[in-house]
Amino acid sequence: MKLSAFAIVASLVVALGLLVGPIFLSDYGRYILSMWIVMSIAAIGLNLTLGYAGQVSLAQGAFMGVGAYVSALMTIHGWPLPVAMLTSALVCLVLGWMLGYPALRVQHHYLAFVTLAFASLAFLIFRNEEWITGGVDGLANIPRPYFLWMATDGSLAFYYYCLGVLGLIALGYYGLVRSPWGRAFLALRENPVRAMSLGIDTRRYILVAFAIGSALGGVAGSLFAPLVQFVEPPAFAVDLSLKLLLMVIVGGSGFYFGPFLGALIAVLLPEWLRFTQGYYLMLYAFFVMLLLVISPSGILGIADKWITDRKTRVASAARAATASAFEETKQ
Amino acid sequence: MANLVNLIITGLATGAIYALVAIGFTLLWQTSQTINFAQGDFVMLPAFFMLPMLHAGVPYWLAILIGVILSMLILGYGYKKLLVDPIRKHGVLPLAIAGMALSIFMQEGVKNYTAEAHVFPALIPNLDFHIFGAVVSAQSIAVVVVALAVVIALQWLLNKTLVGHQMQATAQNSTVARLLGIPVERMVLYTFLINGALVAIASALVSPLIFAKFSTGNIMGMAAFTAAIVGGFNQVRGAIAGGLLLGVVNNIGSAYISAQYRDAIPLLLLILVILFRPQGLMGRAEERTV
Amino acid sequence: MKLLKFAGLMVAASGLASVAHAADKSPIAMQDIAELSGGGATVGTHWRDGIDLAIRDINKAGGVLGHPLTVVHADTASSAGTARALMLKAIDAKPYVILGPGYSGSVAVTGPMAAKAKIPEIMGGEAEGLTLKGNDYLFRTSFGQQSTMPKVAKFIQDHWKAKSVAVAYVNNDFGKDGKNEVEKDLKALGINVVADLPSEAGQVDFASDVSKIKAAKPDVLFIYDNEEESANMMKELGREGVKIPIMGETTIAGQKVIDLAGKDAEGIYCHVGLTTDADIPAIQKFRKEFVDAYHYVPDHNGMKGWLAVQLVKAVTEKMGKVDQADFAKTLHGMTISAKTDPGILMTVTYSKTGDLSRESFLVHVENGKQKIVQILPPLKN
Repeated sequence: MKLSAFAIVASLVVALGLLVGPIFLSDYGRYILSMWIVMSIAAIGLNLTLGYAGQVSLAQGAFMGVGAYVSALMTIHGWPLPVAMLTSALVCLVLGWMLGYPALRVQHHYLAFVTLAFASLAFLIFRNEEWITGGVDGLANIPRPYFLWMATDGSLAFYYYCLGVLGLIALGYYGLVRSPWGRAFLALRENPVRAMSLGIDTRRYILVAFAIGSALGGVAGSLFAPLVQFVEPPAFAVDLSLKLLLMVIVGGSGFYFGPFLGALIAVLLPEWLRFTQGYYLMLYAFFVMLLLVISPSGILGIADKWITDRKTRVASAARAATASAFEETKQ
Repeated sequence: MANLVNLIITGLATGAIYALVAIGFTLLWQTSQTINFAQGDFVMLPAFFMLPMLHAGVPYWLAILIGVILSMLILGYGYKKLLVDPIRKHGVLPLAIAGMALSIFMQEGVKNYTAEAHVFPALIPNLDFHIFGAVVSAQSIAVVVVALAVVIALQWLLNKTLVGHQMQATAQNSTVARLLGIPVERMVLYTFLINGALVAIASALVSPLIFAKFSTGNIMGMAAFTAAIVGGFNQVRGAIAGGLLLGVVNNIGSAYISAQYRDAIPLLLLILVILFRPQGLMGRAEERTV
Repeated sequence: MKLLKFAGLMVAASGLASVAHAADKSPIAMQDIAELSGGGATVGTHWRDGIDLAIRDINKAGGVLGHPLTVVHADTASSAGTARALMLKAIDAKPYVILGPGYSGSVAVTGPMAAKAKIPEIMGGEAEGLTLKGNDYLFRTSFGQQSTMPKVAKFIQDHWKAKSVAVAYVNNDFGKDGKNEVEKDLKALGINVVADLPSEAGQVDFASDVSKIKAAKPDVLFIYDNEEESANMMKELGREGVKIPIMGETTIAGQKVIDLAGKDAEGIYCHVGLTTDADIPAIQKFRKEFVDAYHYVPDHNGMKGWLAVQLVKAVTEKMGKVDQADFAKTLHGMTISAKTDPGILMTVTYSKTGDLSRESFLVHVENGKQKIVQILPPLKN
């Protein structure tokens, strides 16, 4: 799969838009875009676990919660955000590795339920362990980070901070999916038995897929905390995990740009469907069902199929042309 | 001691509710590998078919009957034709995710109609029984009885009738079943219709105990999944065992361990069962299909 | 295509309408941030409908100083993160006032933002801490828990001479904060809390909670749960034949809970700040209009939405002009009489902190109806 010239140009245009566009946006627009970045990072993590390695997880929201709480607690106590973010990522990496163990034993819906149970348990811990998480009242007054010497209290400055983190992650993510690891993930998804027979240590890769995916959830959470400047248990209830799963599916699971697109739709959706008043969630749910009927690999799945079809048509047309030309020369 | 007995008996009564919801869930899985993530909402919805009729003065039995028929049409036939059939060929996971979307769709739909909790009239109102010092409402006993009756009927249907054998053959290997001349599609449709009827009956029985509200499906659904998995996903009787166990564990856990973590105890049970006995307490081991 | 044409017509019509208004009197724009989906959906729906009804009524009667009121509703999905986004958007729209949100966490996040933008925020939250942070722009529509719980504690002492109380509460910020507050107030009166009974939203089985009540043998049970859980708790108590005096705050004496709990709600006492069951003509008129418009009986949250808008009307008419800068200043220390402003339903006084005081009720449930047994005077600020 080579990047075509079109894709490169499109990526550059989008990158430029993300750099320059927010200067002209209101505080609200910048906040929404920052939220999109946070959700994209979490969805990228889930896309690695689900889209590439084929391991379903309904616990990504819980990892966001762990990341948010760890980094809220650390930054409130004066630690700089990058340290808190790395700590969040590390904690979630370890937790994700552990959550990967059930995946070694069970698959599909069983795995979905194990991870769902994990997410529900995490919510209960956030809510009940008041001595550390602040309980039902949550944690307030979470500071925004400094970049070098500059405070990022303003919406634009913090947006760029988030964008910087996203940039780094997008690069790492690109490298990862093209690395032997990424290919091993795909092999795992397509046919685990075959992958094993090819000498891929499937056990280790399943754990790695869970660990890295979860760590990215932690990073997303550690940006969520200073963005909202408030964390409370309901924010990380099971709903969030379901939402993130839908983002990955809608965008296109297993596609590099899938999580970006899925998160964009989910974050902007209430805005786009504002005219429908109370019906936006219903319409979204309807759209998701329709999409799954048409293409279970999401919007990018449709686009991909369309492009492949066109290429096939062009190729077969070319073949037909050469063939008829050949026929003509024969005559 | 009297206290413990009481907790167990009320727990069984609540567990029967979970069991009733879980039965259809396991049934769909068995015959068509469908995981219905919206099963809890399937039980929430029929109450709202019946309530307007009851308010309009339609006799109780007729309102329930029409509710059951509507439910078989919409949640049985409609669900299969519009959602399951087109998505099933993509695999188990897309269908599970579609179920999540369907759950949102149904909840939001009912919420836009009414966000209130509604009283739902009981089949047997205001009658309590004393059992070993515990007090259980007649409605709860009706739930237990119906849940047991449904399981027995389904076991009979699946194991003793031709249609049942055909359904099981379909479940075990639909390709071979088709080769043997079994009308596979019709068999699968039957199970969806049965589920449609079951959720409507469950709705009529359960709503007087938990009220009719758009959000009840969340709690019911989660409890039903847990019950089904703990009991055994591939056995209809597993749903009963799992449901009853869950109700009891929940009560005892919140009384003697922690009320703050009352929801955690069934979840831990779920995780342990999946890790160490994935076929469930009552289930047969399933060959691992890859 | 038909739909498109229709949409076009709508746009044209609204364009015409705004032109007409501009010539007449410009509308007073408000932004509402409410919990319209997620855990707070029922509360938020009542609040929204109360707002819409008040606006409809006021506009029908010629608006506020001739200006019609408008509102845009937005859904926080019961999340503080979304509430924060919507507050930014609301501020960008430069509204006259902001209505909502209802969840305490969302209010805690949005309150300082509205204050910074100097826009009055009239909200539905009841947690004690919200108005204690020196925010000059934040106003309640109901009592804070620090105003209600002392009354609850005092009644428990006076009426039952209780020495011990069990507290059942829904385990979220609303319930837990209320429980902490009432525990403090009870302790101050020398009453012990002997059983702490948290429940989950949507919980069905209350046998374990009732077993703890039976073990602790408190003199009184105080219930601070949502409607369905309150009703289920009382049903379980009734089923097990546990005779214990029950006290509640607002929720459990609502007609909804009485209907849900049936005979098991008989005899409970409850402190009620706002109730559509109060035998006050203005409240009954509000209730009737609400039921006619939305086909369900509003609870106190519906009244809160209605009152938020009526508050805007009363304050603006007192100022005699639409003046955002003076709004908060005017409302601080202001008393709005139900005689001159019938829409406000009950005479209310606002303090410097945005808290309010007005009469409240002690009700007793008899024969499936709440009956007011005592009218408590407003607290002095």
